[in-house]
Amino acid sequence: MLSSRYARIALFGAAVVLVQVATQLGGKPFFLTQLTMSAYYTLVAVGLSLLMGYAGQISLGHAAFFAIGGYASGYLTTFDLSPLREEGLVALLGRAGLLVDRADLYGGQTLAVHPWAAFAVAIVLSLAIAWAIGVPVLKLKGHYLAMATLGFGTIVYSVVLGTARFGAADGLSSVPPFPLVAGLAVSGARADRVSNYYVAWGLVALGLMLLVNLVESRVGRALRAIHGAEDAAGSMGVDVARFKLKTFVLSAVLAAVGGSFLTHFNGGIGPGEAAVMKSVRYVAIVAVGGMGSLWGTVATSVALNFLSLRGYFGTLDDAVFGVVLLVVMLTSPDGILRLDPRVPVKALLARLRKPNRPEEAP
Amino acid sequence: MALLEVSGLSKRFGGLQAVGNVSFKVEKGTVKALIGPNGAGKTTLFHLLSGVLAPDAGTVAFNGRSIHGLPAHRVAALGLSRTFQHIRLFSQMTALENVKVGCHVQSRAGFLAGMFHLPWTWTEEREIARRARAELDFLGIAALADAEATSLSYGQQRSVELARALAAGPELLLLDEPAAGLNMRETVELSKLIGRIKDRGVTVLIVEHDMGLVMNVSDEVAVLSYGEKIADADPRAVQKDPEVIRVYLGEDDA
Repeated sequence: MLSSRYARIALFGAAVVLVQVATQLGGKPFFLTQLTMSAYYTLVAVGLSLLMGYAGQISLGHAAFFAIGGYASGYLTTFDLSPLREEGLVALLGRAGLLVDRADLYGGQTLAVHPWAAFAVAIVLSLAIAWAIGVPVLKLKGHYLAMATLGFGTIVYSVVLGTARFGAADGLSSVPPFPLVAGLAVSGARADRVSNYYVAWGLVALGLMLLVNLVESRVGRALRAIHGAEDAAGSMGVDVARFKLKTFVLSAVLAAVGGSFLTHFNGGIGPGEAAVMKSVRYVAIVAVGGMGSLWGTVATSVALNFLSLRGYFGTLDDAVFGVVLLVVMLTSPDGILRLDPRVPVKALLARLRKPNRPEEAP
Repeated sequence: MALLEVSGLSKRFGGLQAVGNVSFKVEKGTVKALIGPNGAGKTTLFHLLSGVLAPDAGTVAFNGRSIHGLPAHRVAALGLSRTFQHIRLFSQMTALENVKVGCHVQSRAGFLAGMFHLPWTWTEEREIARRARAELDFLGIAALADAEATSLSYGQQRSVELARALAAGPELLLLDEPAAGLNMRETVELSKLIGRIKDRGVTVLIVEHDMGLVMNVSDEVAVLSYGEKIADADPRAVQKDPEVIRVYLGEDDA
């Protein structure tokens, strides 16, 4: 069990390297940009996969957490604090090394929150919001839970769209790179394309490793028990409400990490990231990948997001997600990785072999 | 002090008094049975004791500690474990995994420990696996460890459920109609098993329809009728109680 756990992660790492080499050899290095973006969306999808497949909860508001992470990072790293340089709190933050001086596009000096500090705020903020809305909302089940999270997503979308400070419909721009360690930054610069591809997919690999560990642990077992028979899980001592809440918060934080990193990578974020259609898309990806199938979710997420970002679906973008969801639900409701191609083929053969049914008497 | 002391417990569903002012005790180390005709309120009483339902009135003290109104997982953590009248196994999990969930209250790895696969959790997981296998062995179904639990036969599923309840290391085990759906041979096995559970020092409270089993395994029998207790004594005395006979066999109006 242990070896297969890490073998899969290693296999995943090999695939990541293989894809990079292939884009290089195939003369399509620019594909890496969309693959990098797909990685950050994949973080949302794997967290949601845990929530839907293991805790058995649906969320139609995960784009909101992605946006909360992105907007927190984007806003804090672009908000100019230099006029307040000498003010008490700002001076204090500056002395603590949490602020950073930067030259803006026009050569002026600006002072803003350091990306690491902004990232920390993004995480804490998404955690706190997920906790606060999770407590009342997770008491609901099925359709009601979906509706409540949908409502939450709509609120966040309206807020970012309607707030002038957040750039309203234009969103935030000029978000600086995120220096992770010396010589390695999350940025959209062409020179950093390869390193950013590895940063993004390394982050996904790390997230996957944590989630795979979790799934194989006492907590993962308890989550599957909740999914299997909630009342019995409670009678075995599993604090059902608390485990659901923690899973919800964990998936929200993963979404916020993706949002924060993608905002630095793209140099900005727009309200579209919080749109309800985005949340629906994440749910569709998880459903197609197979609820609770982390690897199926990764495969689906990278394939669909990459094709979508490259613009292959054109104006039919959302329609394609809908059709894929529909087809997978009809042919393999447990997700593509659990699709047994023999089943539909056998059913078809059986139907062909069966002699024509006699006409029914009127 | 009795292990479990129930006094004045009541529960009403709309116009139906499912449990009305019921009081009884379960002494440590004994097997006590709750019997009564269908609809007498036995299962509701179990739900009240295990925290699945909250009572309207009355108190439940377990080990001298008040537990009425506590949620099910808290009651379980205090050492009260149960099985269900309609088997409630975790689907898409093996028999062994089902029993491992029973060890939940005896272990503590949380989200962070699990995500980072901390070394101390390895020891804990090994201990959980050992305990779970030991319980499957105790029930004589060690060979079924890796079978999907819900695909097993009815009797085997009952055994898995029992193993799961025992894995929690309970002081008090509530068995809700454990003989339902079992054939005669399996029922005989069950009565031996309840004896072995008692020998482990586990106190047992059992709801059961099978009178042969009840009279065979119980130290004390309480009889419920229409939500109220009408008798509470040793099996012999209960069998002779005229009120019990009336409830079970009807009025002698010949």
